Amino acid sequence: MSKGILGKKLGMTSWFTPQGDHVACTVIEVTPNVVTQLRTEETDGYTAVQLASQDKKDKKTSSAMKGHFKAAGTAPKRFVKEFPVGDSDVSVGDEVRVSDVFAEGETVDVTGTSKGKGFQGVVKRHGFAGVGDATHGQHNRQRAPGSIGASSWPSRVFKGMRMAGRTGGDRVTMKNLQIVRILEDQNAVLVHGAVPGAKNSLVEIKKKK
Amino acid sequence: MATDVMNMIEESQKRDDIPAFTAGDTVNVHVRVVEGDKERIQQYQGVVLGFKGSGARRTFTVRKVSNNVGVERIFPIFSPKIAKIERVREGSVRRAKLYYLRDRRGKAARIKERQR
Repeated sequence: MSKGILGKKLGMTSWFTPQGDHVACTVIEVTPNVVTQLRTEETDGYTAVQLASQDKKDKKTSSAMKGHFKAAGTAPKRFVKEFPVGDSDVSVGDEVRVSDVFAEGETVDVTGTSKGKGFQGVVKRHGFAGVGDATHGQHNRQRAPGSIGASSWPSRVFKGMRMAGRTGGDRVTMKNLQIVRILEDQNAVLVHGAVPGAKNSLVEIKKKK
Repeated sequence: MATDVMNMIEESQKRDDIPAFTAGDTVNVHVRVVEGDKERIQQYQGVVLGFKGSGARRTFTVRKVSNNVGVERIFPIFSPKIAKIERVREGSVRRAKLYYLRDRRGKAARIKERQR
């Protein structure tokens, strides 16, 4: 079995645990993933399980990918990703469900693409505090970055200086999130806390590193 | 489809044994308290100041004055920690949130009983 699975973020809600605690949860829909290929030491130099999820239209699929899905005996899928191999055996064409990989109460890492925020200043982007006071004659400095370096030496701005720019839209991993509940009938998982990305975006749930 | 799952998750957490009550009512909330490995019921009686939120995340605030100190507790309405809610007295009030009670003490903080 693989050490991860692909899902779709549905949104957030809350859940009452059996102890009566009220916890904030993200709902992730995990429709059964299909194994489309197995990477082996002999042919590829490493081992991995390739999983595909979320159906897409035939006409939106390239001929090459159509052949790839046909070989696995499945309909074309939108997302194809590789995961490390777990304990039990799998073969091409198998369906992988959440409960095959994870159990309730287990700690997992969840990876997704964070929401794009566009061009943002340093306060939002890097958590700067802005410069100085709001009053005492101060003018338009409240969210400014301040000094970006010294003068005649080094006569340049150091590489990697934190400045304004495109924010969000990055690949982000949230570590150590607990699986609160697995809803088999709905193909959904409830994960404690927030998960990167917008609603309906792809997320990878992986075994804790 | 996606919203179906979200709705279903919310609906599945609702309880149907919670009586109807509104802001201004006096309620007695029986709260389950776990001490070590023992569980007991603690009662908390006061005036409902209002409700917040919707669906399974709805909460209500109960205010009482204890030893001359105002105490407010917020309960999730469908919490499994609530054993029972008793509606002790129906109040007659003209708004949904009774935050003005916080500024009043004694006689001024009374609420008229609703006449049926």
